[in-house]
Amino acid sequence: MVKSRSQFANSTGVLELNRSEFLVIENLVKAYPKPDGSEAVILDGVNLTIGEDEYISIIGHSGCGKSTLLKIVAGLDRATAGSVRLEGREIRKPGSERMMVFQHYSLLPWLTVRENIRLAVDEVLHNATRAEKISIVNEHLNMVNLMAAADKYPDELSGGMKQRVGIARALAIRPKVLLMDEPFGALDALTRGKLQRQVLDIWESHRQAVMMITHDVDEALYMSDRIVMMTNGPAAKIGEILEVPFPHPRNMQELRELPEYYELRNHALNFLDRHFSQDD
Amino acid sequence: MAIQLNLSVIAVAGQMAWRKAKPVLIRETVLLPALGLLGILAIWWLIALLKSELMPTPAEAWVANLDYILHPFYRRGPGDLGIGWLLIASLRRVLLGFSLGALVAIPVGFLIGMSRSAMLAINPIIQIFKPVSPLAWLPIALAIFNLADPSAIFVIFITSLWPTVINTALGVSSVSQDYIDVARVLEMPRWRQIFKIILPASLPYIFTGLRISLGIAWLVIVAVEMLTGGIGIGFFLWDEWNRLNLSSVFLAILVIGLTGLVLDYVMSRIQSLVTHRSVAPNTL
Ligand SMILES: Nc1ncnc2c1ncn2[C@@H]1O[C@H](COP(=O)(O)OP(=O)(O)OP(=O)(O)O)[C@@H](O)[C@H]1O
Ligand SMILES: [Mg+2]
Repeated sequence: MVKSRSQFANSTGVLELNRSEFLVIENLVKAYPKPDGSEAVILDGVNLTIGEDEYISIIGHSGCGKSTLLKIVAGLDRATAGSVRLEGREIRKPGSERMMVFQHYSLLPWLTVRENIRLAVDEVLHNATRAEKISIVNEHLNMVNLMAAADKYPDELSGGMKQRVGIARALAIRPKVLLMDEPFGALDALTRGKLQRQVLDIWESHRQAVMMITHDVDEALYMSDRIVMMTNGPAAKIGEILEVPFPHPRNMQELRELPEYYELRNHALNFLDRHFSQDD
Repeated sequence: MAIQLNLSVIAVAGQMAWRKAKPVLIRETVLLPALGLLGILAIWWLIALLKSELMPTPAEAWVANLDYILHPFYRRGPGDLGIGWLLIASLRRVLLGFSLGALVAIPVGFLIGMSRSAMLAINPIIQIFKPVSPLAWLPIALAIFNLADPSAIFVIFITSLWPTVINTALGVSSVSQDYIDVARVLEMPRWRQIFKIILPASLPYIFTGLRISLGIAWLVIVAVEMLTGGIGIGFFLWDEWNRLNLSSVFLAILVIGLTGLVLDYVMSRIQSLVTHRSVAPNTL
């Protein structure tokens, strides 16, 4: 049995009533002007509501506008039309309550691991004392198992370690929404599994809203509460939202033994296939 | 573009040679460079032997310069100083002019890199004055200062400006948008972004500019001192030529070359200390 809802049902709000409206994306449109004067519409009417402690995955084919959507929520990019509201307030510019884990890590290469995290803490937690800041940095270094590499420079780290620094930096400033753009995309399967577990552990103990872009259906099923599946660009929108009913904490091995897991997995893969062939 | 023999290449390769002690590396770091130097010495010797009225042989030059080499810091009268003192006098002018140049060029480069209006306003000035030989500024400098020493420093100042301005502007304008996005998400105010993100991110470019500026400044000071006279390695070279003392000219050239090499090496060490990143050898 697959629970899924169409975009239409979502936007009517019938099923949304009992879900807290923490982050609300409404009729979001993003278009770029083309050289010939017309507009290239990337996102065409995206509607999504996310709860305060909900883990959402966004999945869709390359180039459909997932990163664009995330950047608009982060405030790094502006929507052409529509609105994004966090706790009822319109998002117009970047803010540290919506922290991003960047696709290409974006660590500052002239700072050590510790200094990278410290920079974020210094900028955001103005009221913390020096001792508190030091302990926050150490706590997050430990959280992602990077104490041993704390005084290394990003050049000296592996891809997985860099990504953990990015995650530690994002978590250290205690954002209300964590935005992750393919956080595990560039990692080998073994490292990816470990890091997914670490992030889930952290999220399960300090729940918050998460939006994670991924290309991996298994990852989305393992980690998130709902999977937002986007149609192909141009003019992409949300095609379908898949509920993932498994309770947290989850275990990958146990999930793989559930028939429901495969139902959901096939459903998602079929969706992606369908939209891929439409494109041709 | 010629490849400059560079101390940092030798130093880096040298460290590896000690660690691994491979014969191949010793060949690369000691044998081949030594072979090159011996080759040039042999050619010099050959020419000097064939046309002895033209120049001294290396051995003759060595003997003639022995006094300078053994006593670089003698003082035998108001104008009669050891070659060490002359070198220090030239270095003082270069470092003064270069530092003043850097003090002006880095902020101007920042301005150009950050503001399109500033770029449009200042770019024509750079494009016009950059191709001008620094020596062309000497008459103006002499007219302003009426003294040799400040004029030389002024010419070095002008010389040092352009590469640093251009490279700083390039560095500032090419700071990765990713770094800026990190700062924006953290709600870092613009003025702090300049010091905490843009400056450190563009430091490698700034140092490239500084190293080119310092290299050219060292080239130019010799020529300036030839024209202005006074105490300095450039005037020494010219003066010895006028006394038909070619041995000392050879010595001066060698000293100037080695000093330039050391200056660049020192800059690259400072760069790697400041930027925490290993510095690619300069091939200017
Ligand atoms: N500045 C821009 N001007 C014009 N088009 C742009 C611009 N930035 C992005 N686009 C277009 O927007 C579309 C969506 O880009 P986006 O990076 O959001 O895709 P994505 O879904 O994240 O893809 P991927 O999975 O490969 O990361 C792409 O087709 C891209 O060509
Ligand atoms: Mg993307």
